[in-house]
Amino acid sequence: MSHEDERQARTRDAAFTAKSQLMSADDVRRALTRMAHEIVERNHDLSTLSIIGLQTGGRDVASTLASILSDVAGSSITAGVLDVSFYRDDLSRNPIPTSSATHIDHDLTDRTVVLVDDVLYTGRTIRAALNALSDWGRPSAVQLAVLVDRGHRELPIRPDYVGKNLPTSLDEAIVATIEGVWIGSRESS
Amino acid sequence: MIDSIRGRSLLSLDDLSRAAIVEVLDTAESFVEVNRRTIKKVPALKGRVVASLFFEESTRTRLSFETAAKRLSADVLSLAVASSSVKKGESLRDTIATIDALGIDAVVLRHRSSGAALQVSRYVPHVRVINGGDGQHQHPTQGLLDAFTIRQVLSERHDTTGLESGAELFTGLKVLIVGDIRHSRVARSDVAAYAALGAEVRLCAPGTLLPDDVATWPVTVVRDFDEALGWADVVGLLRLQSERGSGAFVASLDEFTFTHGLTVERARLLQPGALIMHPGPMNRGVEVDSRVVDSPKAIVERQVANGVPIRMAVLYLSVAGSGEGSPL
Repeated sequence: MSHEDERQARTRDAAFTAKSQLMSADDVRRALTRMAHEIVERNHDLSTLSIIGLQTGGRDVASTLASILSDVAGSSITAGVLDVSFYRDDLSRNPIPTSSATHIDHDLTDRTVVLVDDVLYTGRTIRAALNALSDWGRPSAVQLAVLVDRGHRELPIRPDYVGKNLPTSLDEAIVATIEGVWIGSRESS
Repeated sequence: MIDSIRGRSLLSLDDLSRAAIVEVLDTAESFVEVNRRTIKKVPALKGRVVASLFFEESTRTRLSFETAAKRLSADVLSLAVASSSVKKGESLRDTIATIDALGIDAVVLRHRSSGAALQVSRYVPHVRVINGGDGQHQHPTQGLLDAFTIRQVLSERHDTTGLESGAELFTGLKVLIVGDIRHSRVARSDVAAYAALGAEVRLCAPGTLLPDDVATWPVTVVRDFDEALGWADVVGLLRLQSERGSGAFVASLDEFTFTHGLTVERARLLQPGALIMHPGPMNRGVEVDSRVVDSPKAIVERQVANGVPIRMAVLYLSVAGSGEGSPL
């Protein structure tokens, strides 16, 4: 395990205990395939589409979604990853997030951006991402794709493409990756 | 040992663990990317106030700290000491109290007295103090950016990234530090950083320019400069600190250049892949020949370029995780 993977694992899933698996890797793949078709259905010009995954959970979901989209569309899809640590509104609360790499190598002006994340929860990450995006230009539209929507929004934000809606309670934790989706609990350390 | 500078002052590298140093280097990688963007600014420290207090002259440290704070969206209060009440005899304590009364979150301090940063952190314990160089004691952000620059260059050579490599590339790395070590706060911070990361450090200097307590440092002192040059993977050069009286410690500048200057002839003894570093300001022709410092082995410009991302990382970790939050 590389130093980078190690430190991301440490910050993300240090204290997660799974109770049950809700989606298998195949289920996730099918959900992402359906979402890819929905994206194609809604966006006629795929050449102006940018798939942007949010670090760190949305990164692999976004790259898988982008590769399925490329297959569906028969042409390659522009993709990138965005880290929103420096745009969060909860920086004064410890621990401050561990930052990761951002790779967006193109101007987003007049493009349709699809933000991709693993789990949609309070909506604060998406709020931070919308702020961050404006530093790369003025997209003509921003859409949101999430693998799991677990509810409990604190901001007026809703997803355009959802892999699975999962009603949860506040004390439950969700881990959603391309390997599958689990519900469980996270000990506060 | 401190395992993270999150929410803490940064006074010295002596008490930072390897994990704490690697965390700063990793965070700085994110800021290198921010500094490549068209809009080089993030809102991480929006609403925070950083005071920049330079009681000693500085070009690169002051500019890069203030640039760093502004790119994090902090407000910067900059005290021009020459035109302030300090000239009327105001004490450090009263100057700090005055600035604190304006409501600040952090102070970047440079002062000619060793221990000044620690002293200020005691005057205003609720303010994060970042040491921008105190006398002959420490210059922590210089030590961090030197380590960062080495990691950056070596990870490129190994076809990996700084983030992937962590502290790995420092294991057994041979670092030679040459020059006025006695008066150098950079040497003290560099040695602390390199030793914590696992490098092997040797010092070479005229006996008069070695610190009295060098036996307690995690280093080996060597006499034979030429042999040490052949040994080193990295050579860190230091300037003679005439403002701290080093002129009295060597017979003449020529004599120093003759015994410990990195001349063109001596540079031929270096290994093909060796790196030459200098924290600046340089005295070309004294500690290093102009032609050597302009050769591809020298990574002085990268050191300067890394000043901003490293200082953004330090301010971000130290200040973002402390005190009252800004609202949404």
